[in-house]
Amino acid sequence: MVVKKQERESLVHERYLRHQKKFPHVWCAGCGIGIVMGAIVRAVDAVGLSNDEVAMISGIGCSGRMPVYVDFNTMHTTHGRALAFATGLKMVRPEMKVIVVMGDGDALAIGGNHFIHAARRNIGLTAIIINNNVYGMTGGQYSPTTPTHAYATTAPYGNIEQPFPICQLAEAAGAAFVARSTVYHARELSRFITQAIQKEGFSVVEAVSYCHTTYGRINKLGSAVEMMRRLKENGVSQRAFERLPEEERADKIVRGVFVDRDIPEYTQLYDQIIARAQQAVAA
Amino acid sequence: MSERYEVRLAGKGGQGMILAGIILAEAAILDGKNVTQTQSYGPEARGGASRSEVVISDGEIDYPKVTQADVLLCMSQEACDRYCHDLKEHGLLIADSVHVERTPDNLAVEVPLTRWAEETTGRQITASVVALGFLVGLTGLVSRQAMEAAVKARAPKGTAEINLKALAVGFEQAERLLSSRRGR
Amino acid sequence: MTARLMQGDEACAEGAIAAGCRFFAGYPITPATDIAEVLARRLPQVGGKFIQMEDEIASMAAIIGASVGGAKAMTATSGPGFSLMQENIGYACMAEIPCVVVNVQRTGPSTGLPTSPSQGDVMQARWGTHGDHPIIVLSPFSVREAFDLTVRAFNMAEKYRTPVILLMDEMIGHMREKVELPPPETIEVVERVITSVPPEWYKAYENTPSDVPPMISFGQGYRYHITGLFHDERGFPTQRLDEIDPWIARVFRKIERNLRDILIYETDQVEDAEVVVIAYGATARSARHAVRLAREQGLRVGFLRLSTIWPFPERIVAEVAERIHRVIVPEMNLGQLALEVERVVGRRKVIRVGKANGEMIAPREILDAIGRG
Repeated sequence: MVVKKQERESLVHERYLRHQKKFPHVWCAGCGIGIVMGAIVRAVDAVGLSNDEVAMISGIGCSGRMPVYVDFNTMHTTHGRALAFATGLKMVRPEMKVIVVMGDGDALAIGGNHFIHAARRNIGLTAIIINNNVYGMTGGQYSPTTPTHAYATTAPYGNIEQPFPICQLAEAAGAAFVARSTVYHARELSRFITQAIQKEGFSVVEAVSYCHTTYGRINKLGSAVEMMRRLKENGVSQRAFERLPEEERADKIVRGVFVDRDIPEYTQLYDQIIARAQQAVAA
Repeated sequence: MSERYEVRLAGKGGQGMILAGIILAEAAILDGKNVTQTQSYGPEARGGASRSEVVISDGEIDYPKVTQADVLLCMSQEACDRYCHDLKEHGLLIADSVHVERTPDNLAVEVPLTRWAEETTGRQITASVVALGFLVGLTGLVSRQAMEAAVKARAPKGTAEINLKALAVGFEQAERLLSSRRGR
Repeated sequence: MTARLMQGDEACAEGAIAAGCRFFAGYPITPATDIAEVLARRLPQVGGKFIQMEDEIASMAAIIGASVGGAKAMTATSGPGFSLMQENIGYACMAEIPCVVVNVQRTGPSTGLPTSPSQGDVMQARWGTHGDHPIIVLSPFSVREAFDLTVRAFNMAEKYRTPVILLMDEMIGHMREKVELPPPETIEVVERVITSVPPEWYKAYENTPSDVPPMISFGQGYRYHITGLFHDERGFPTQRLDEIDPWIARVFRKIERNLRDILIYETDQVEDAEVVVIAYGATARSARHAVRLAREQGLRVGFLRLSTIWPFPERIVAEVAERIHRVIVPEMNLGQLALEVERVVGRRKVIRVGKANGEMIAPREILDAIGRG
């Protein structure tokens, strides 16, 4: 029997969301986080994973609430520490697919150290960083990805700090897979997350989103629709970006898979440690 | 309260004071005694003050630290200056004359432990084991057999032989000293 | 098993293995590093896993994650690291995740004296994380007890679904002592209560008659939610008072109704005593030494040694204090558990013997306090 695309879509939601329990969600109308959640469950479906073999771990912030809505093994941890909790879980349950959802403040400010070290270890976690350039839940303070000169409630005269380039940071720290897309390019985002989940090793997907409620309002960027349109216009593929003249590059968001490399995964290496230790005892 | 015997081994980091304390403690266990071994040291792995304390008793040991040492081994001048006052009256003070110039007590046994070690094994680091042999030889604190077994068990790989040699020299020198005193 | 010389930290690590610990995450810190070193070697031998995390915050997080995955899990640290762990210790309290946190106390505050003992973290162990919560804190006084209490810590953690803190001190952690470990088959090891209901009936935070809801690890077909927010019986966030209040009542009740199991202490010669010394950890050794010396002098002195310091064993303290004039509380701080003793013994005189300079309290100092009228 052929299931129509639309029907299949509704089955995905039926299957992976805790629809009867916890909706409506906490996110503002027009927020991009729901799109990321949709992209994740479609990716899980595309990989063909059962609900039971997936764990979703989050930190604190708007993104931190996502695990409530998905019908996986879910854990909403402390601010910035999601990757560290996930590391412990992955160590004892290496067969599980562990997806870690974080915001930019969560992953890169308070959790920045855990982020680079999870990448350095190349432990088999999938980190989804929803980048909206701001602390949304607490009301619009500047984050480690707020652009220089942008305004925030804690940068009333403009931000004088530089934003972290998330993907380059992940690459330099040792991640096996690094990609970026936007919540406008939802299908592509889902495809990248599919690849990330299938990757053995530490995989990072930066999902560029927006916060019209705080950042958009403070910086006069318009409604959610306006901000979404900006993602559509500024989100360019790597190839298109390279063809752009220098002066047109500034505001562009480069989409694509930047890193896809084979590095031994941490829990698999640890199995070798166990074998070595047990051999030593037997000898 | 049953008899406590308190030993303090003091020197500099890197001289093997803590390992010496462990060896002495393990020998005491082999002799069926109760024992505690504690230590104190500075942040530096080499060169700072280092002290190891061993309390040996037939009964239970509550307080694990030295209250008044029965034996004090000093492998540095600083250790000697600092700890000689905590020695029990008629306690035994052994000072390595290679490292300690002044001792406060003319009853101190000043002997060139480090030189004996160098002459016997060619390695200064074995001075702590020479010291143990000498200390146990003078006091009879634990059996020689137990000391030899403990040294063998704790010596780094491939060094059991030279450490046993070092231990033996310590015992010999103690025996020589005792017989000279008996002869007097 | 034969007698051998063993360090307190090593005994703690071996106790963990004996208790079934199969995951350790930690960060190097004097004087707890030895525990990590032993477990880095020992855990893979028994099929367990060790990881050195990037800091103590991550270490605490990782053991919670591992426990949720079904492993008995532990971390070990000292003062500065213990401070960093506090937020996630609170998470373990809120989410009722079994785990063991070892704090080998060194002298603080701040970096203090890294290689010197202290009992300065007694109140931090009780109140270090924010918010109201019960906590179990055990404190060993010997190398053998470091082994025994580590096993007990795991047993209590699993039995009551709670973090348990093993509050050692540098003296016990680094001291070597003759010890005979119990044969493995004689060691009581408790496993966590696993649910027997099908997934659709399972409530991870159900108000069960035992007050300890059965737990199930991730990946077993029970897809539930864990959060540091106040939550309903299924684990989902709530702000409803009729869900928050029962939770608070239950987590306190599950500890209070099991005090007989949780409170570990030892009394010695308190029957005819006029003065009682109350001590714990390394200081209990000086105290017992002092009590023996006092008895030799014909003084009627008793001794109460606490292995469980939180929940504070107030009934036994009140009981031994009832017939006496004076209580002496020596501790390597300037009066922390003494505050609890003062609270419990009413108008009886409490003499604190405190020291926070990295020196162990000598028997003589306690003896002086006993002699002081």
